[in-house]
Amino acid sequence: MRMRPLIAVSVLTLLPLTSCSSDDDEKQLTVLAAASLTGTFETLASTFEDEHDGVDVKFNFGSSTTLAEQGVDGAPGDVLATADEKSMTIAEDGDALAADRMQFATNELVLVVPADNPAKITGFDDLADTDWVRCADDVPCGRLALSLLEENKVTAEPRSLEVDVKSVLAKITSGEADAGFVYASDAVAAGDDVLVFDVPGAAEQLNPYFIAPLDQNDSGDLAQEWVDFVSSDEGRKILDDAGFGKP
Amino acid sequence: MTDPLGRPPVRLLVPAALGTLLLLLPLVTLVAGTPWSLLGEQLASPELREAMWLSVLTATVAMTICLVLGLPLAWVLARVEFPGRGVVRTLVTVPLVLPPVVAGVALASAFGRTGFIGEPLRELTGFSLPYTTAGVVLAHTFVALPFVVLSIEGALRTARREYDAAAATLGATRWLTFRAVTVPLAMPGILAGIMLGWARSIGEFGATITFAGNYPGTTQTMPTLIYVSINSEPEAARSLSLVLLVFSIVVLVALRDRWLVAR
Repeated sequence: MRMRPLIAVSVLTLLPLTSCSSDDDEKQLTVLAAASLTGTFETLASTFEDEHDGVDVKFNFGSSTTLAEQGVDGAPGDVLATADEKSMTIAEDGDALAADRMQFATNELVLVVPADNPAKITGFDDLADTDWVRCADDVPCGRLALSLLEENKVTAEPRSLEVDVKSVLAKITSGEADAGFVYASDAVAAGDDVLVFDVPGAAEQLNPYFIAPLDQNDSGDLAQEWVDFVSSDEGRKILDDAGFGKP
Repeated sequence: MTDPLGRPPVRLLVPAALGTLLLLLPLVTLVAGTPWSLLGEQLASPELREAMWLSVLTATVAMTICLVLGLPLAWVLARVEFPGRGVVRTLVTVPLVLPPVVAGVALASAFGRTGFIGEPLRELTGFSLPYTTAGVVLAHTFVALPFVVLSIEGALRTARREYDAAAATLGATRWLTFRAVTVPLAMPGILAGIMLGWARSIGEFGATITFAGNYPGTTQTMPTLIYVSINSEPEAARSLSLVLLVFSIVVLVALRDRWLVAR
């Protein structure tokens, strides 16, 4: 019940996407994808469009959970890509998938500090007495950070629990925090604005990314071709460059 | 019930009714969807009580600051002729239309750890506003002050200048007139402004989380708690929203009964 109005609005905003290209020759593929895939999927799309004449790839980037719920509700979209397993399971349980899901990438949690490293942090153990931040407990990036902190027996308290990973990154790039936990792909996207340190044990607790064509797919074979392309060598290279790990 | 001006036209009544419906429906569905059976348990959670206490505390401190700074500012805008008064009034109200997140970014650029004032302050004293309750108060003050100034200025304008003039002819200084004539006459408007500002401050979210952060006990207010619990505990978020709704209704009823209708 609670999500209904939100979904209704989201669906309405998507309607123009489906109607506008139907009368010309151009074929359209609509991908619902987790926000953390934004830059990477846009790069993938330009290559995909070059290889498929007259194909236009459109995106709806958002929270994985929201997109999965929209997918179950029949929101227009041909492919769903989520940044966690839980969301893809929501879509699966709601019979919204046209084929089996596939894991196509992973993301590792890293510690980032501002480029000038004001608190002289050199690793995971220097967090005590610094202004460091992480995602809130209930957000996937927060759950992951919490679990790794416990595993490494770090008792230092964060100064703020941010609502998503982008807010954590913003606090670091603006110099408002000494250190923060983000995904490797976020650290790559931030480039020279941050210094990156590995988190001990993070390689064993990877965040999985899943993809699957949706039941309401109206792009024909394009949906499966996109899924194949993302997991192809060419797609793999783009994901690698963006900091995503192997599935 | 015959209005001497004639019946109100339907073409005005229908949009008026639709407008009312648009404003009320989401609130009604919010209340209707409240998980009442879990409400007591959720309201008793320490996290919620901490956030509620922090909201009330920061909003009240912010309103004290708003009164100390806003009343004089409103008085200057309403009573003192000076070049550029219109420009100052416009600038003072800019935060009213600023998206709260932008307000938070702006505050950080001035008072943040690397901000214009924040950086030298931190180097000199070791203190910085982000991640502190004082930072929340600052964010609330920044966002609510325009409300307070505008309401008080309006009240000062309706309290007629002639009374000030009469006090002056009787030998009162401007300060005495301000204390003994202007403020008592404008008191209902001043209180209404403070109440509105308080309600705005209780609901403040964007500037607070962007500038001061979100941590239970120091910077986590009701709206930020609602936002972080929406994904994981939608029921808890609903109960919290209900509490905020009750807060706002209490403020509005207080305003209506004491001041708005009496005028």
